[in-house]
Amino acid sequence: MVLTEEQQAMLDGKKGETMAKIMKTLVMYGETFDAAKMVPVTSKYGHTVISFGLGVMKPVYALYDEILSAGLAGEQKFSADPFPTDPHVPSNILENAVFKLMYTEQRRYGKQLKELGLMKGNAYTCACYLPEVGNIPKRGDVLSWAESSAVVYANSVLGARCNRNSGILEMMGSIAGCVPEFGFLTDEGRKADWVVEVRTSKKPEAQLLGSAIGMKVLAEVPYVKGLDQWLGSELDASARAYLKDFGAATASNGSVGLYHIENLTPEAKDFGEDLIREDAKRYIIDDNELARVQNNYPCIWKNPDAKPKLCFVGCPHLTMEQLKDWTEKVEKALNESGHKHVLIPTVFTSAPAVIKKFRKTEYGERLAKTGVILSYICPLMYMDNPVCGKTPVITSSNKLRTYTSARYYTDEEILRKITKEGK
Amino acid sequence: MSRKFIGRVITPGKANAEALVSHVGFNTLASYQMALLLNDKNVKCGDQNNPDLYKKSMIGKALCLPETIGSTTGGMVLYTICSKNMQPACLLFSKSIDSLAASGAILAANWSDAKMPVIDRLGEEFLNYVEDGMSITIEEDGTVYAE
Repeated sequence: MVLTEEQQAMLDGKKGETMAKIMKTLVMYGETFDAAKMVPVTSKYGHTVISFGLGVMKPVYALYDEILSAGLAGEQKFSADPFPTDPHVPSNILENAVFKLMYTEQRRYGKQLKELGLMKGNAYTCACYLPEVGNIPKRGDVLSWAESSAVVYANSVLGARCNRNSGILEMMGSIAGCVPEFGFLTDEGRKADWVVEVRTSKKPEAQLLGSAIGMKVLAEVPYVKGLDQWLGSELDASARAYLKDFGAATASNGSVGLYHIENLTPEAKDFGEDLIREDAKRYIIDDNELARVQNNYPCIWKNPDAKPKLCFVGCPHLTMEQLKDWTEKVEKALNESGHKHVLIPTVFTSAPAVIKKFRKTEYGERLAKTGVILSYICPLMYMDNPVCGKTPVITSSNKLRTYTSARYYTDEEILRKITKEGK
Repeated sequence: MSRKFIGRVITPGKANAEALVSHVGFNTLASYQMALLLNDKNVKCGDQNNPDLYKKSMIGKALCLPETIGSTTGGMVLYTICSKNMQPACLLFSKSIDSLAASGAILAANWSDAKMPVIDRLGEEFLNYVEDGMSITIEEDGTVYAE
């Protein structure tokens, strides 16, 4: 790999031993993928996937101590994934005790994050690109981010350029100010390996469609046809929210880092089918295929017929429009069923900045009246608590389903369960 | 009968271990998170979506897989299991390594004392041939023997 004079100096140890190790790590990373050079990180902000101070992850915090001791806090500020705990989310004494045992490093890591350059304003969310949070890269920006759902959104919906970096590596790119140029940072790496034809009879559930595509294409790039008939050809708030959820499912059920939606996402609009590789494979999705995918999700509850004790909606974090939409749907369904409050303890999750703004609107009070709890928590980290993990939890998040024992239902099914069925 | 395969070295090293084979994408976070949280000495796979590995012990095994999938915490998770000596004996990829697994291997090589040699591009035939329990020997030049 050809390095600039400054990059070579860093690698040679002119800025200290720790910076040399950071550069060596980034160079090895690039060489693995035949990167010819390092390119500057151009986005205003970074984003880190590591927001949790887990006792079992001590080696990570020791590594960050080494970086901080060397005085290498980056010039680039960054947002971080959601906070792992929130006292407003239902949990019993035993669960709380386990949370305390799990997150013994939270205080230490919170301090490290501030020293490393965490953005001001409680920037803990997986959806850092929401307008209320303000970490919105421009098209063509080169990023050093990690968080699979944020990376796939930045690449696909915003047209920024970011590889699926790992936690820790993303921080090293921010600190060094450069990343190896390969994969999604190149025009060639952004071409589509798959043509996916959506032939459903109604607008497909975002998290189910994303799951089906993720499982099929794994790390490759899909070019999706037929979805614009349901989403339109403008990236309005509704389309962006849909693609946020769709992308998160492609990234967690497979490892998609970029997708193109015909007539909708920026590069698909500009280049159309020129983005598709000549030897692209085909995948047709109809109602039967979506049903097959959903029916194949395993249920790992001890008692598959157990009554759900908790419901999470909002992984990735909900947008302002989604919160308002859910509020209206829950109110209407409760009116129809004659209940005042949701029948299953339900938590909607969103970014702290979105929650703050939402609570100032009339919807804040309306949602509170339905009994739904609004939280900034990461549901995945809640479920990582082994005691919580044994609780029958339902969700409309395919990411949460993938990583935990939570059981997946579509948004419509979730709404029915929390407002009418209670089971 | 021993079969020989040649791949590309990501992080070098020698190893001799029993094969553990995943024919589907290996979800690093889903596979390791419960083992880490429960400090499971057998490091049993917790990924419910992986019928090949679910609930099987992964520690010290020659983990044979197509690629890794899932969360971008993947590299950090691999680095952590290496730092805690919970790692497999080696990682053997049939495809080209993905960015998250590469990150984990490179972080472990540069920032921990653990040994976890990683070889990729062993080919589809490799994954078709290896079975759980086979004896795997790997050399520093990327040669893999399976019998």
